[in-house]
Amino acid sequence: EIHIKEPIEKEVNPRLLPGELLLCEANMVYKYIQEDGSNRGTYGKLICTNFKISFLDEDSASDDNEPQFKNKIIGENDITLQCVDQIYGVYDEKKKLLTGQLRKYPDKLIIYCKDLRVFHFCLRYTKEEEVKRIVSGIVHHSQTPKLLKRLFLFSYASAAPNNTDGRNQTVMFDTLEDWRDELERTKGNVKYKAVVTNEGYRVSEKLPLYFVVPICVSEENILKFQGRGIPIWCWSCHNGAALLKMSTFPKEQDDNTSQMQKAFLDGIYRTISNPPYELLKTEDLSSSLPSLQDIQTAYTRFKQLFLIDNSTDFWATDVKWFSLLESTNWLEIIRRFLKKAIEVAECLERQHSNVLLIEESATDLCCVISSLVQVMMDSYSRTKSGFQSLIQKEWVTGGHSFLDRCNHLHKNDKEEAPVFLLLLNCVWQLVQQYPPAFEFTETYLTVLSDSLYVPIFSTFFFNSQHQKDTNMTAESLKTQSGPFRFLTVWDWSVQFEPKAQALLSNPLYAEKPKPDKSQRKTTRFKHQRQLSLPLTQTKSSPKRGFFREETDHLIKNILGKRIGKFIINSSDEPHNSFREFYDSWHSKPVDYHGLLLPSIDGPEIKVWAQRYLRWIPEAQLPGGGTIATAAKILDLMEEVQSLQVKMDEEHSQAVSRDVQAVPMLRNSARLSSLFPFALLQRQSVKPALPTSTWKDLEDEDDLVKRDDEFVDLSGDMS
Amino acid sequence: MASSSTPKYNSNSLENSIKRTLKDGTNWEQNEEIPRLPGETRVTDKDVIYMCPFNGPVKGRVYITNYRLYLRSVETDPVVVLNVPLGVISRIEKMGGASSRGENSYGLDITCKDMRNLRFALKQEGHSRRDIFEVLTKHAFPQSHNLPFFAFANEEKFSENGWMVYNPMCEYRRQGLPNERWRVTFINEHYGLCDTYPSLLVVPYNATDDDLKKVAAFRSRNRIPVLSWIHPENQAVIMRCSQPLVGMSGKRNKDDERYLDVIREANGQISKLTIYDARPNVNAVANKATGGGYESEDAYPNAELFFLDIHNIHVMRESLKKLKDIVYPNVEESHWLSSLESTHWLEHIKLVLTGAIQVADKVSSGRSSVLVHCSDGWDRTAQLTSLAMLMLDSYYRTIEGFEVLVQKEWISFGHKFASRIGHGDKNHADADRSPIFLQYIDCVWQMSKQFPTAFEFNEQFLITILDHLYSCRFGTFLYNSEFVREKEKVTEKTLSLWSLINSEKSKFTNPFYTKELNRALYPVASMRHLELWVNYYIRWNPRIRQQQPNPVEQRYMELLALRDDYMRRLEELQITNNSKIPNSSASSASPSQMMSHVQTHF
Repeated sequence: EIHIKEPIEKEVNPRLLPGELLLCEANMVYKYIQEDGSNRGTYGKLICTNFKISFLDEDSASDDNEPQFKNKIIGENDITLQCVDQIYGVYDEKKKLLTGQLRKYPDKLIIYCKDLRVFHFCLRYTKEEEVKRIVSGIVHHSQTPKLLKRLFLFSYASAAPNNTDGRNQTVMFDTLEDWRDELERTKGNVKYKAVVTNEGYRVSEKLPLYFVVPICVSEENILKFQGRGIPIWCWSCHNGAALLKMSTFPKEQDDNTSQMQKAFLDGIYRTISNPPYELLKTEDLSSSLPSLQDIQTAYTRFKQLFLIDNSTDFWATDVKWFSLLESTNWLEIIRRFLKKAIEVAECLERQHSNVLLIEESATDLCCVISSLVQVMMDSYSRTKSGFQSLIQKEWVTGGHSFLDRCNHLHKNDKEEAPVFLLLLNCVWQLVQQYPPAFEFTETYLTVLSDSLYVPIFSTFFFNSQHQKDTNMTAESLKTQSGPFRFLTVWDWSVQFEPKAQALLSNPLYAEKPKPDKSQRKTTRFKHQRQLSLPLTQTKSSPKRGFFREETDHLIKNILGKRIGKFIINSSDEPHNSFREFYDSWHSKPVDYHGLLLPSIDGPEIKVWAQRYLRWIPEAQLPGGGTIATAAKILDLMEEVQSLQVKMDEEHSQAVSRDVQAVPMLRNSARLSSLFPFALLQRQSVKPALPTSTWKDLEDEDDLVKRDDEFVDLSGDMS
Repeated sequence: MASSSTPKYNSNSLENSIKRTLKDGTNWEQNEEIPRLPGETRVTDKDVIYMCPFNGPVKGRVYITNYRLYLRSVETDPVVVLNVPLGVISRIEKMGGASSRGENSYGLDITCKDMRNLRFALKQEGHSRRDIFEVLTKHAFPQSHNLPFFAFANEEKFSENGWMVYNPMCEYRRQGLPNERWRVTFINEHYGLCDTYPSLLVVPYNATDDDLKKVAAFRSRNRIPVLSWIHPENQAVIMRCSQPLVGMSGKRNKDDERYLDVIREANGQISKLTIYDARPNVNAVANKATGGGYESEDAYPNAELFFLDIHNIHVMRESLKKLKDIVYPNVEESHWLSSLESTHWLEHIKLVLTGAIQVADKVSSGRSSVLVHCSDGWDRTAQLTSLAMLMLDSYYRTIEGFEVLVQKEWISFGHKFASRIGHGDKNHADADRSPIFLQYIDCVWQMSKQFPTAFEFNEQFLITILDHLYSCRFGTFLYNSEFVREKEKVTEKTLSLWSLINSEKSKFTNPFYTKELNRALYPVASMRHLELWVNYYIRWNPRIRQQQPNPVEQRYMELLALRDDYMRRLEELQITNNSKIPNSSASSASPSQMMSHVQTHF
């Protein structure tokens, strides 16, 4: 039964962005408040535009209770078309997935979103005509294949010419200088060079315009197989060892071609295993890590655990929660990626060897591992701009197929895999294990993950730099009205007011102390960790020398034999060296600006509660959660700052004494653990009570039936 | 790094003194480096090999006193130290025989109550382990050897007297009792009514002492319904008791029925009295066979009964055993989550918390007073009432308030600490042992984890309580009831754990604590929020990171210090400015300097 609040026929105007067009609408739609079994909710208008699905609440206009953390582009009741995960229709209490053409129209619409929100709309009071139009409109625009040009990105960019530069310290890696600066920053410029070979995309449309290769690799080599089989530089470690990646050749039927490819690869390996290059270790990621398909399957199961219809669902799944979680395999995948990243870090840091990551396209698993390694080893990647630059370098410019992996265009479901989300989930593990080490907060990671589905930024809506460039050129010719430029997600002011942006910065983060200028001559900043590593590190150098001699010897004498044999595949390494590295690091105090290794033991890998539980009212802790302590720190920081202002005034003998009061303290006890996402306004005072808790302890039957004490009380009574 | 470069001859440094003693290993007898409490005496010492499950065999020397087992390694860097109160020892076994082959296969295997095992290898020659085995057994299990607990020999001095923390009269007065509906009775002054209850009880004003005696006949072990807590506003109460003696024949007792009605009426309510039976329904039914049972609807038409499905002490003991199997010595690598689930430990925690939330909510919503019982009312009942009180009354979330709560609901109301823990008793397989109090502290930890600003005490406080639950250094948790404690003169002859804690409160204080009065605090009893208390259950594993001190806490403390410093300086500035009224801008340190100081922090 519905507590019918007389719907007021009041015109609510949708808030549209430049270039946004209203496609269809329906009035008298009833949106349920997802809280309890009751059918509480509000009437309003449901619309669908070329950008979003939006519910226009009749009350919302009068709502002056502005939340502290508000997205300027996407409101509480807005769902971008790309954010829609699945749409279900309810027909006589039965749920049915809606995909293409509809014959019958449902009484109720349930929209599951990729940011894990769930919307329930009742259409029983809506005119039949409008139901047809809105349901087919929503399904069509959000669930069926689409042309790239029909992405809102393009209409928005042409309607709202963007003159802001939006770079804000993030290195975009779209110029040669950006790569040269990165080489210089990591002191990789001795052995590696940025090349212009791909200008005009002569080499490959998958590769960025500019990239970095070992100095000894010739232009001819790069061009030979469209950049395949070429080690491409990702990053150099403080000790000179480098992290490289390489895309492999597609499986070749023709024997001749595969012979040629093999010979080519042997040549490349030979060149880069020679001095001045370090010992080379290869890491074939496609054989040692879960596949894209595994990742996709795991995540699909995992997210389902959080897309909850109602309270009964929540408690029903609570009983077997841990085994349900485990059966998705998602946390195990996170663990395996973190473990692999530690292994790579060990090779670089302790064994001083170069690591070459190998994958067919080198744009999926390679991106996860290389980014994780850098986050762990390079404290710059743990600052906000450093992390953003890293995403630009490895993912955006690096050629990760965001469009296909997110399936933004619904072109091919088989290409879909949440690879970037996997990275964010892995980074979150580090963020929660080492709170002071990151300049950004988990909220930052959460809103970044949400931004994957906001098609006003170009960042996550192209498969490659080439695709973006060609489309941009075409559009510029068409519009001819000033420069055609897309927005980048790194311009956070587009989505958030400064006050909300403050929640993206970590108050616990302490900047790396600037090295004293007078000490600059000591070339490398040595990390504390590095100094405290076990002595085996020095032993590795004679071994390296020996290896090299052996290599030369072999090459001279048994030329033609597969060189792969004497390149160590790091997965063959004894497990012990990893364990020793891991344990020895963990037994020392943490240097938050040095090497950071995640703990990967079972209890340490956790569910990213903020992202996954944020919309579930049952999971809310009013006045609790980590936000409670974070808010206290922010309060205290404000107080300290205001004291500072007062002191300055005292110094300058300013007139306005006493006027400045301590700023209004946030009442931290009233913030919900779901802050800053779900709001507390709907909170009831009633505690959440499990509705299904009883579970049989089959295996302990005899114990269960026993009394606490073996005393026959009946004796007392006679 | 800086410390390693400090001159070696700094004689004050502890590190150096250890190194010195290591060098002349022959001088063991004069060694005074072993920590010793006043009243603690050396018994014996011996060269052993400590079979560390994490780092392999460690050569060392073990020292046994009447309080602890202390091991220090030799020839290792850093020095490995074990400091184990004998009270935590649950079982000592000999491993291997005189003819055992293989390295380090002959020695002692010690099972502890605090989630670890210790293994020492000894030399096989000359029955070398017999003495140490005997000495250890004697001092670890003093009750089985007619020896007193160490608590009676402990001569420590503290600035605070923990025995003064709990005064039942003061606590009831704090709750606004007695009042016109509730009275204090001394009927149990000499434990004549019930020998497992405290001497002072709060009962309905309208029930006479004679009534109480009649009710006692119908309640298991005479544990009659008495008041635990009263809501300051709506006057609804939490009552505790044991099961009614219904038996197979379905016996009734008019006095008990009337007594429950008197309780129901005491807060002026019209609705039914809510009875929470902590047991699963089937167990309550099964208890009839041994003379127990539950309140039937026929006999108690004005009461509503709910079962809370919490299992018995044996199930909890097995559950903890399984938990130990997956975390010690090695943390289960693969399938961690399903392994954890199969222990059911967190599921039990969830049920206990869920029960307590129901009790608290019922009272707080003001619709009804509640009566809580299980079988005897000293295990599950204590968990439920004390957790509900913690949720409803913010006083119990302070350090002192929590001490009062434990002292009242657990110690004075006869939770059988001696039987459940087996203090000083060699019978490690005793079926009476069960981690009920540990489970309760775990629930409290879960709450403090969910609400990090709501508790005045920190995690260390809870861990310290658990450590001394076993240590027998204090009298606090010794014996089963107030009656026995009085007989043994515990408050005169031993020290209270609260003396230790209250003498260094800052160590146990949560800096984030925000005092909030009258806010009901309901945890979310969902597996999504419950987690394994790694810092307790897996604390012996060096691979599990324990960030001590917690960086968030540390940062907050720094900011607090900075604020206090600024406030002091501001005050100074204001005084100087006020004294030399017109021109003083040139004086004192430059403000910009301070500004930059703070900014580097942010």
